[in-house]
Amino acid sequence: MTDFLNAIVALSNFVLVPGAAYGAQLALGALGVTLIYGILRFSNFAHGDTMAFGTMATILVTWGLQSIGISFGFLPTALIALPIGIAITGLLLLGTDRAIYRFYRKQKAAPVVLVIVSIGVMFVMNGLVRFIIGVGDVNFADGARFVINAREFKEMTGLDEGLAIRTTTLITLVTAAIAVALLFWFLNKTRTGKSMRAFSDNEDLALLSGINPERVVAVTWLIVAALATTAGVLYGLDKSFKAFTYFQLLLPIFAAAIVGGLGNPLGAIAGGFVIAFSEVLITYAWKKVLVYLMPENLEPSGLVQLLSTDYKFAVSFAILITVLLFKPTGLFKGQSV
Amino acid sequence: MKKLLLASAATALVASTAMAESHSDTIKIGIILGFTGPLESITPDMAGGAEMAIDEVNETGAFMGGAQIEAVRADSTCIDSAAATAAAERLVTNDGVAGIMGADCSGVTGAILQNVARANGVVMISPSATSPALSEAEDDGMFFRTAPSDARQGQIMSQVIMDRGIEEVALTYTNNDYGKGLADSFQKAFEADGGTVTISAAHEDGKADYSAEVASLASAGGEVLVVAGYTDQGGKGIIQASLDSGAFDMFVLPDGMIGQQIVDDLGSGLDGSFGQLPGSDSEGTAIFQEMATEAGINPTGIYTGESYDAAALMILAMAKAGSTSASDYAGEIMDIANAPGEQILPGELGRALELIEAGEEIDYVGATAVELIEPGESAGTFKEIEIKDGAIETVGFR
Repeated sequence: MTDFLNAIVALSNFVLVPGAAYGAQLALGALGVTLIYGILRFSNFAHGDTMAFGTMATILVTWGLQSIGISFGFLPTALIALPIGIAITGLLLLGTDRAIYRFYRKQKAAPVVLVIVSIGVMFVMNGLVRFIIGVGDVNFADGARFVINAREFKEMTGLDEGLAIRTTTLITLVTAAIAVALLFWFLNKTRTGKSMRAFSDNEDLALLSGINPERVVAVTWLIVAALATTAGVLYGLDKSFKAFTYFQLLLPIFAAAIVGGLGNPLGAIAGGFVIAFSEVLITYAWKKVLVYLMPENLEPSGLVQLLSTDYKFAVSFAILITVLLFKPTGLFKGQSV
Repeated sequence: MKKLLLASAATALVASTAMAESHSDTIKIGIILGFTGPLESITPDMAGGAEMAIDEVNETGAFMGGAQIEAVRADSTCIDSAAATAAAERLVTNDGVAGIMGADCSGVTGAILQNVARANGVVMISPSATSPALSEAEDDGMFFRTAPSDARQGQIMSQVIMDRGIEEVALTYTNNDYGKGLADSFQKAFEADGGTVTISAAHEDGKADYSAEVASLASAGGEVLVVAGYTDQGGKGIIQASLDSGAFDMFVLPDGMIGQQIVDDLGSGLDGSFGQLPGSDSEGTAIFQEMATEAGINPTGIYTGESYDAAALMILAMAKAGSTSASDYAGEIMDIANAPGEQILPGELGRALELIEAGEEIDYVGATAVELIEPGESAGTFKEIEIKDGAIETVGFR
C-alpha cells in the first residue's frame, strides 16, 4: 500500500502537478491566439511578445507597489499589479491596431499579409520590451513560495516521496479557471460577446445586422490583452521573466491552438493541456514509479523511458502534424488552416 | 522594387568602402559575439572587456607608429550559424578587419572558422568557445582560444566530484556543442574513474518548461545533479524545478553555470553545491577586476577576462610582427602568450608595446594567466568553488 502511495505521489510531483500548471499557462496563451484567429482572421505571431510586454508592464507596476510598501500577504504582489498591466497592454494593442492593422483591414488584405504584418509587429515589440526592461532574467515573485514543500510533505505523511505544491501553481490553476469562466460567460451571455461570435461566424451578415465592426475589433484586442498579460504574468511567477523565453513560448502556444482547433476557445484549452502533458509524459522515465509498483524480481534496471528528453519538442510537433493530416480542423471543430 | 533594393545595397556598399578607405591609418578588429540570442545577457560585458584592451592600447599611442585601433561589433547570435557567417563575412569583406575577437559559442565559432576565417585568411581568437571538437578542427593555424577545452574541464570536474566521495550522478546538458562536448568528456572521465552516470539528458535553452527533463532526471536518481548549461538559461530552469520538486538538493556547476546572479536568484537552495571554472589566483585577475569595475563592466562576469586577453594577444602579436596581415602575425601569438620573457599583467599593455619595440621577449599573463598549448588553446587552470551562505567561495585551484 505504501509503495502504491509512493508511486502515486512521485507521479503527481513530477508529472501531474507541473504538467497541469504548464498546460494552464499554454491554454491561456492559446485562447488569445484562437480569439484573434476567429474574429480578426489571422495568426498573430506577435502574441508571445504581447505576453512579454504585458508581463513587463506588470513587473514595473509591481516594483512601484513594492517600493511604496504595498504587498499582498502570502500571495505575490504582481496579482495586484495585474489589472494595471492589462490596461497598459490593452492601450498598446489598441494603438497597434489603430496604427497598423486597421490599414490592412480597410484594404481587405489577405490573411497571409496580416500574418507577415504581425511578424513585423512582433519584432518591434520584441525590441521595445528588451529596451525597457533589458534582456536578463527578472524574478518578480514574492510572497510564500510553497503551499507545501517536498520535505514537509515527507515528514507529514511518512512517505519516501515528497510532493511539492507551489503557491504559483495553485494561483495559475485558479486564475486560469476564473479567466476561462469569465471569457465563456462573456462570449455566450453578453450582447457584445454574442456580436463578437456573430462577427466571427459570418462577417457580412453581422455587418448587415448593424454590428459595429470597429467595436468588435477593439473589444477583441482588449480581451486578448487581458488573456496575454494574465498568461505571461502567471508563467513569469511560476518560472521567471526573460524576453527570449517568451518569444520561444510562441511555438507551443500555436501548437496548442492548432491541435485544439483554431478559432475554437474550448479547443485552445484542451490543446494547451494536450501539448503540456504529451511533452512530460512521453519522455518520462518510468523507473521510479515502476520500482514502487512492481514486485522486487520484476523491477526494471533501465530507465523505462519511451523517448529521450531530446525529443520533447518532436513529440508536440508530431501530434501537431498528425492532427493536421487527419483532422485539419483540430480536435474540436475549428477553422481549417 | 527589386531595382530599388539593388540600388540601395550598391550605395551602401560604395559608402562603406569609401569609409574604410578614408580611415586607412585605423586598424579594425572585429568583435563577434552573440549580442542577441541565448547569451545576450553576458556578451555586453565580454565585448566591453575586449574594448578595454583596445582603448588601453589607443591611449598609449605606441601601437605601430601611432595607429589607432577601432573595434567593430557584429552579432554571432550564438545559435544561428548562417547569420554568424554572414556577419563575419561582412566584417572581413566590408569593414576589412585585421582579426576577429570571437566568436562566443562553439557552434558558430566552428562555422565562422571554416567559412570565413580560413577562406579569407583571418585570425580568430575566441574567448569562450570551449568545445573539444575545436581542438581537432582544421584551422590553417588561424584559430586560437583563451579558454581551455572542455575535454580538460571534464576531467577536472570528475576529480572534484570523486574527491568528495560521490560516485553516482545524474547529468543534464544544454543541447549545443558546448553542453554536449562537456557532458561527453565528463561522462568518459567519470566512468573511467569508476563512477556511474545514471542518465545523461539534454535540455534546450530558452524553453518554456523543464518539468519533463526534471521528471526523468529524478526518476534515474543520483547523489548530485551535474548541470552543464548556462546560468540564465535552461540550466537555471532545471535547478529551479529540481529544487521546487525536491528532486535534487545538491548540484555540480561547471563554468557556464557559475555566476552571482543565479546564487542570488535561487537563494539558500544552492548552498553546498560546488563546481569549477577556468580561473587562476594570479595577480592579473585582481588587477583586471579593479580595471573592469572602473570601466563600468561587471568584473566577475564570465569570460570577460578571457575577452580582454584575446584582444590584447591579437594586438601585441600584430605589434611584434609589425604587420596586420594574418599570415605574418598568427605565428607570433603563441610566442607572446608563453614564457620566456617579461610578464605582462592587465593595464601594462603600453609597457608590452615598448618592450616589443625594443626587441625584447614578453610573456603575456593577462587577466586569466594565459598559457597557450598546441593547437592554440589555453592550458587551463581551474578554480574549484563551493557555494556557502549565498556567496561563491573559492576552495582551491587545480
